[in-house]
Amino acid sequence: MALSRASHRGVGSALAKPFSAAFTLSRPISSDAPLTVETSVPFTAHNCEAPPRAVATSSSELLTFFRDMALMRRMEISADSLYKAKLIRGFCHLYDGQEAVAIGMEAGITKRDCIITAYRDHCTFLGRGGTLLEVFAELMGRREGCSRGKGGSMHFYKKESGFFGGHGIVGAQVPLGCGLAFAQKYSKDETVTFALYGDGAANQGQLFEALNIAALWDLPAILVCENNHYGMGTAEWRAAKSPAYYKRGDYVPGLKVDGMDVLAVKQACKFAKEHALKNGPLILEMDTYRYHGHSMSDPGSTYRTRDEISGVRQERDPIERVRKLLLSHDIASEKELKDIEKEVRKEVDEAIAKAKESPMPDASELFTNVYAKGYGTESFGADRKEVRVTLP
Amino acid sequence: MATLCQGLGVVIPLSSSNSSNFRLPSRRSISAWKDGIFVVRSDARVSQVLKTGGPNHELLIPNAVATKGGSSVASTSKPGHELLLFEALREGLEEEMERDPCVCVMGEDVGHYGGSYKVTKGLATKFGDLRVLDTPIAENSFTGMGIGAAMTGLRPVVEGMNMGFLLLAFNQISNNCGMLHYTSGGQFKIPIVIRGPGGVGRQLGAEHSQRLESYFQSIPGIQMVACSTPYNAKGLMKAAIRSENPVILFEHVLLYNLKERIPDEEYVLSLEEAEMVRPGEHVTILTYSRMRYHVMQAAKTLVNKGYDPEVIDIRSLKPFDLYTIGNSVKKTHRVLIVEECMRTGGIGASLTAAITENFHDYLDAPIVCLSSQDVPTPYAGTLEEWTVVQPAQIVTAVEQLCQ
Repeated sequence: MALSRASHRGVGSALAKPFSAAFTLSRPISSDAPLTVETSVPFTAHNCEAPPRAVATSSSELLTFFRDMALMRRMEISADSLYKAKLIRGFCHLYDGQEAVAIGMEAGITKRDCIITAYRDHCTFLGRGGTLLEVFAELMGRREGCSRGKGGSMHFYKKESGFFGGHGIVGAQVPLGCGLAFAQKYSKDETVTFALYGDGAANQGQLFEALNIAALWDLPAILVCENNHYGMGTAEWRAAKSPAYYKRGDYVPGLKVDGMDVLAVKQACKFAKEHALKNGPLILEMDTYRYHGHSMSDPGSTYRTRDEISGVRQERDPIERVRKLLLSHDIASEKELKDIEKEVRKEVDEAIAKAKESPMPDASELFTNVYAKGYGTESFGADRKEVRVTLP
Repeated sequence: MATLCQGLGVVIPLSSSNSSNFRLPSRRSISAWKDGIFVVRSDARVSQVLKTGGPNHELLIPNAVATKGGSSVASTSKPGHELLLFEALREGLEEEMERDPCVCVMGEDVGHYGGSYKVTKGLATKFGDLRVLDTPIAENSFTGMGIGAAMTGLRPVVEGMNMGFLLLAFNQISNNCGMLHYTSGGQFKIPIVIRGPGGVGRQLGAEHSQRLESYFQSIPGIQMVACSTPYNAKGLMKAAIRSENPVILFEHVLLYNLKERIPDEEYVLSLEEAEMVRPGEHVTILTYSRMRYHVMQAAKTLVNKGYDPEVIDIRSLKPFDLYTIGNSVKKTHRVLIVEECMRTGGIGASLTAAITENFHDYLDAPIVCLSSQDVPTPYAGTLEEWTVVQPAQIVTAVEQLCQ
């Protein structure tokens, strides 16, 4: 049903809806209206053919991108205030500015593909199907958190949707990710694994070890470097002799992507998935930026200027880019977008209120999940009587 | 050889994963036949009824089994087949790989080369390159890959060519292998087996003679077992592969050529159970891996001198089988621990603490712990001999303990 997108309606009610579900606007639009948008910059390729700049999308997809990114942005900013109110303790690494990577990746793959990332995982978790309540409850250490309050900010996992965390030690998730890819190849799943790491982790030896093995064994592993140009306080040019992370694979093909452009990310991830299933591993470098410091204990301004941060925010902000697209293609009006943001804010506030009320884990939870189902295994003697050894 | 299983009570008050009540285990009498002999597992009451667990229990030999080369099997007329320890490991691995297609092996030179200690010989031709994987020399990453694969449900067996090399993978083993089940709130199980030879060999030098069980023992979430005979090697290998928890199986470089007769039928041993090697009355000697043989050699001398040592191969290094150990302490009231770890922070140190905490009232004398010296293992043969515990020292220690 193709309805005119150009007409403008009056105020409608925007209903609060669950995360990333369909939403209603005052003006009925054709959700199938396809669009082709060009990425902001062309892809730079190393040892492979770059995918085309023209990305196929649709108006509803763009609206979903907008809503989801606004949700993530609001969630991270609320986490900032919660941390300052001492409801979140320990380490808290915020992802605002980098939302396009999480959203674009989800758009290009399925839930059966696996994603594994480092500690800046709140938004990736949300993208994989996590709920706001699970996020805030886990951040506050409550029972209803995704890891039952036992993991914390750096240990979000969602097994059903193929999100494997959430890892605190820099670089350790990359061999894990190649292991996931190995398991996918072993089980002949025709799915791929995206192993995300930062520009700081790109200098870890285990990354190259894992890449070598992945290339040798032809594993469907895609290593994604989220290059936000700072490894905590050290700029990339001070840490890496060669900051062209997409080229570091040498024999492994690489692609450099504008990580603030959600459509470019989507295109690159789709391309990477096809490539990995046929030809083995690939490196994607997402050129992105984080507005907050490395973590909540880092102001983020001692090693970079405030002008730089505001410059990126003005010119390259992912949400603003999608907003401009929506406005220029007349998919939504200013007011509608503002309404979406208000709605999102309300959703986040409700989730926080609910999480604040949820209880702390029980004391007995201290000892659960150390081992899987108690101990040990079935043992039996040569007389074939299978007896399970039970330990109290 | 029948393995008698019993409900084990882990008597540690601070035991993880269960309530902290001290409870008697659920007793279970299991009967098994062996050459027509009906054997019943005895209860906690110590009696003339033989304690079970070892293959030769029904023949209480007055002279204990002597040398490293011999195994603990007495009779040769038993059914079964004879093999060397590395072949027993291979048999266990092969049976598990046949039984479950999710089991795969990864390590350096395990495939085409057949394994540096021949444990995986022939498996690559049988199961193919995707199930027996030759990795490059990159312990950190291939251990990580094994853990990642285990997160999705595969059951990899990661081989460290020498346990000492796994120090490079310590981060993966500690943080990812041991802790992921906990930090994910129970979402991911890591059914991985990490195995390899360790311990002091024949003049292999300091870096290749390490005893990693002392470094790994604090990691929460893993289980550690040490095999010492072909019989328990095969049983523990199978149990480790079938276990849902990450298990580190410690083998010993010098024990690979031990020969023993093992049953033809399938058997799986319990990962948390200790093995009664030689029941006795005067003193409890706790040991594991290669030191078992030094202890048995010393036991021969001790018996000739009139002592009756009870020798237990603890097998399970984490968690300790405090049930078997406790029963023994309650009987003999004296404990000697003989281990190959260093004096500082080794398995013996933890075991001493655990026994003192739990069975202090039953001890007539302080626990004596004989361990290796706190030095890097030297190359020279004589020096290396002095680094580890020798049978003569064990005899002296028992004599002093039993005064």
